[in-house]
Amino acid sequence: MLSIKNLHANVADKKILKGLNLEVKTGEVHAIMGPNGSGKSTLANILAGRSGYEVTAGTITYEGKNLLDMDPEIRAREGVFLAFQYPVEIPGVNNVYLLKAALNAIRKHRGEQELDAMEFLKLVKDKMKLVKVREDLMSRAVNEGFSGGEKKRNEIFQMAILEPKLAILDETDSGLDIDALRIVSEGVNSLRGPQRAIVMVTHYQRLLNYIVPDHVHVLADGRIIKSGGKDLALKLEAEGYDRVREEAAVA
Amino acid sequence: MSSQPHDVEQLVRQEYKHGFVTDISTDTVPPGLNEDVIRLISARKNEPEWLLEWRLTAYRHWLTMTEPAWAHVHYPKIDFQAISYYSAPKSKKDGPKSLDEVDPKLLETYAKLGIPLQEQKLLAGVAVDAVFDSVSVATTFKEKLAEAGVIFGSFSDAVQNHPELVRQYLGSVVPATDNYFAALNSAVFTDGSFCFIPKNTRCPMELSTYFRINAANTGQFERTLIIAEEGSYVSYLEGCTAPMRDENQLHAAVVELIALDRAQIKYSTVQNWYPGDENGVGGIYNFVTKRGDCRGTGSKISWTQVETGSAITWKYPSCVLRGDDSVGEFYSVAVTNNYQQADTGTKMIHIGRNTRSTIVSKGISAGHAQNSYRGLVRIAKSAEHARNYTQCDSLLMGDRCGAHTFPYIETRNATAVLEHEATTSKIGDDQLFYCMQRGISGEDAVNMIVNGFCKEVFKELPMEFAVEAQKLLGVTLEGAVG
Amino acid sequence: MSQEALEFYVAEHARTIALDTDWLHGLRQSALSNFRRAGFPDTRQEDWRYTDVRPILKRRFVQAGDSGDLAADAGFEGMRFAGLDAHELAFINGHYDKGLSRLGPLPQGVILTSLAEALIKYPQQVKDCLANFPGLDANGFQALNTAFLTHGTLLYVPAGVTVATPVHLIFRSNRQPEPRMAFLRNLIVLGRGASLTVIEDYSGTADAEYMTNVTTCISGGEGASLRHYKLQGESQKSYHIAATHIRQARDCRVESCSIALGGALVRNDITASLDGEGAEVALDGLYMGNGRQHVDNHTWIHHRSPHTTSREEYKGVLNDHARAVFNGKVIVHEHAQKADARQANDNLLLSDNAEIDTKPELEIHADDVKCSHGATIGQLDENMLFYLRSRAVDADTARSLLIFAFADAVVSRIGLRPIRERLEAMILGKLPDSGLIKEFVQ
Repeated sequence: MLSIKNLHANVADKKILKGLNLEVKTGEVHAIMGPNGSGKSTLANILAGRSGYEVTAGTITYEGKNLLDMDPEIRAREGVFLAFQYPVEIPGVNNVYLLKAALNAIRKHRGEQELDAMEFLKLVKDKMKLVKVREDLMSRAVNEGFSGGEKKRNEIFQMAILEPKLAILDETDSGLDIDALRIVSEGVNSLRGPQRAIVMVTHYQRLLNYIVPDHVHVLADGRIIKSGGKDLALKLEAEGYDRVREEAAVA
Repeated sequence: MSSQPHDVEQLVRQEYKHGFVTDISTDTVPPGLNEDVIRLISARKNEPEWLLEWRLTAYRHWLTMTEPAWAHVHYPKIDFQAISYYSAPKSKKDGPKSLDEVDPKLLETYAKLGIPLQEQKLLAGVAVDAVFDSVSVATTFKEKLAEAGVIFGSFSDAVQNHPELVRQYLGSVVPATDNYFAALNSAVFTDGSFCFIPKNTRCPMELSTYFRINAANTGQFERTLIIAEEGSYVSYLEGCTAPMRDENQLHAAVVELIALDRAQIKYSTVQNWYPGDENGVGGIYNFVTKRGDCRGTGSKISWTQVETGSAITWKYPSCVLRGDDSVGEFYSVAVTNNYQQADTGTKMIHIGRNTRSTIVSKGISAGHAQNSYRGLVRIAKSAEHARNYTQCDSLLMGDRCGAHTFPYIETRNATAVLEHEATTSKIGDDQLFYCMQRGISGEDAVNMIVNGFCKEVFKELPMEFAVEAQKLLGVTLEGAVG
Repeated sequence: MSQEALEFYVAEHARTIALDTDWLHGLRQSALSNFRRAGFPDTRQEDWRYTDVRPILKRRFVQAGDSGDLAADAGFEGMRFAGLDAHELAFINGHYDKGLSRLGPLPQGVILTSLAEALIKYPQQVKDCLANFPGLDANGFQALNTAFLTHGTLLYVPAGVTVATPVHLIFRSNRQPEPRMAFLRNLIVLGRGASLTVIEDYSGTADAEYMTNVTTCISGGEGASLRHYKLQGESQKSYHIAATHIRQARDCRVESCSIALGGALVRNDITASLDGEGAEVALDGLYMGNGRQHVDNHTWIHHRSPHTTSREEYKGVLNDHARAVFNGKVIVHEHAQKADARQANDNLLLSDNAEIDTKPELEIHADDVKCSHGATIGQLDENMLFYLRSRAVDADTARSLLIFAFADAVVSRIGLRPIRERLEAMILGKLPDSGLIKEFVQ
């Protein structure tokens, strides 16, 4: 469903991605690991269409279409979801209203009936249990006054409501204590399925103890230098990025 | 609470260290101001006709102006006829050809101020122009600078040796008619410093002018002009002191900076004119117009000032950001104690696209002093994507002083982003007591808090000046907490 | 022009203001001579440097009162808040209309009446209140307001009394071939421990030309508490010059919220004087301009006693050729130790032809204080925009939604739902693409 070929990208004239290739099929869970500054978040942001990232070469094809041609909201409607590393606080914009508007925009795009208030409310109640979101957070503004863990949970909660085809989790584990990590992981695991692909971008292996990936990739210096199964993550944890980087250089 | 208020009083009462008078015979014109005095000044300096005309035009305009009253300062009306507008140490007719010929008394004076003019004793890497009352008495490292193509010396020399440059740039940033004190300066200025940095030249050393008022009943009216051509860089320092006298003396200077494409000018001031005594008697009225013109694309002008002296300070070093992508900066520490008054700040006029400015102002008030920040940030319609950040903090010591903030922010462009923040805090007995209880002396505690408060500005100063500024602050505020 | 305008107002005064009781006559005459002396403000005066009042001086507004110009227009009924139980006082072109007013039962001792009636029935209360606000007539508009003093409101709440039902003052202006001007004076007095909610509500027939010149004096006794809302939704061709003076005794708490959405040229002066220890004031404001609207807000907060607190938050949204001025001055007087003042002014500029001039000032004469102010001018946050778009919201909607949220930060704090709802609808009406965001805000 997602095919990235020879992707080169700059941020503020600095080369970050230098020929990245990645193939993701429906139903798969991929983990992209790498040291700080390797380009992980750049990749996640480019997939979601954030401005400030300049793609200088390469292609990204999503379900047969050129993803780079689409505005961020069109990507979202086509089923691309980014769980932000730093979810933004938006004072004055109500959480539930945003979610309802988002869901209806996506449903409309797919040619589906918009949900009425009752149906929507039922959906929200169901999904809230999934990631144990406190009800009072829902009546607040988007992420405003949320703790770090609450923000991350809110991202997964939104993902559960919007049911994307391709979910990109950008450092979703960072800043979570072990209980919160477990809750978030359970939420993500429950969303795994044959209709959906998940790409997790992370610095640490510990997330992968909870969400076991099908494929693990090592991103360094703007390219994927090694790919493998879940064992690769363990090897990374044990031996460090430098070792893997050296091996890749030799190979 | 506590404790011995007299400790605190003592902390503040420190003597002004530069208050001595040099006994030297001078050539001083009698007090009074009229066209003849201006002609006389011009004649003494052997000036070309156009410059005399320029002065006279300024004077005639000045006569039509009224003294500004908007600043948050109070002082008795100045009698401009009671001031002598020219005073110079007597020397051989042609003036000293080299440092060896400079009157030893003058060299001694500067040595006493910590500014040795003998090159071998100088801080390596700083060239000094020493201005004594109305004239420049010495400039060091002239030859070395000339090798790099840098022209640095007294304004009078520049008029004689580089009249074309002076004529081209004089008044091009601060017109002779700009404001009351600038007009007065334009009419009667006597000397000052002149710097010219040619294209793509990084000035090999810090340039510095040391201003000294010595004679009584005189005013000092100097004029500084710095031109940085395309791609050049210069760092310029300015220091000032004066003897302790019971009458107020007027210092009305004009500084003009011109930065062409990609040029950078860093202008630092440590102003320590005599502030008057603890009862507010005497001291310098420091009414100064300083303005930099970022004329070229990508140019940058940075003002850093530490203002501890003067009875009254009235100055707003400003930047006109005309060139696209140009940058203006203003870092200021203004300290007022006893009956000192300061009304200072800056103007950032954004005209070019992508122009950026930063303002960091720290005001410290003690005793009966009044300290005001007054600033203007204007984003013209043409200044697409202009940015400004302003931070103005006030620190109060004692309950008889005042701190005031008057920022004007005018925006005519929707792509501009401006932020202004201001806070007021105090050094209180509680904090002081806490420090002392932990074994820190009151003096050290005040110094610590004040230096922490001013850190952001001090780091902008060249090394030697930063050290001097910190010491100066300690002296100025001694005893300020009570 | 200024001189001719001056003569005109003096003549209009002579034409419309009858000889009255001695004290009132004296008060008006002295204000009239103040007016002659002060004249109209011009841009050379620091407090008026960004606001040019010449458009007002060019026009010749006359006082209403001729038969036929005191009838309510069709829009009047819509000004009542459905779902809000309130004591309503109605004014048409500056004149009290008893028939349109609806007063419910009031607690013992409360006086709620038109100023015209109060001058006859309660002169002492009026005199006492005015005496509490000396030296108001510093500028020409203010002096005129006193010179014409006749209409408005007296609202007196004695010590210990809580008026549970909000008081809604409805000031409606309508279209006349010769444009009208209304001089209004509202006197609000709260005794010790009294409590009250009052809404000043200004509006007019769409596109009608007229001028409102209003001064509201609020005097809060010890421990009194007041919620005060000033809703200004005047016609887009009208002129609105307003001054609010607040004095607060010990531990008195005032919340005053000023919403300025209408008017061609608007000036709001608010002065809050925290006279007694522990007094607290919160000033909130929202101004939104489009077309060629000019909105000028000047506020002065005087901390005159120890342990006084002030909070001020003004927000502005400017589009088209609109221009706004914000000048907020906090003055901490000598001996007002432990004063705590926070002030913020945030602006969104939506058009290259809009302009904002802001000047947040601090003047501090005491050393043990906590004061801060901040001002920002900018555009919408790119991160927020991207977040919304990544959640499938299109760019126009996201933009409009964020503007609404920015403005609504002030309105959402208003405790009375019917007021909030009307204001939110009005804000929506001033936004580009407001249709897109209805589902987010209803």
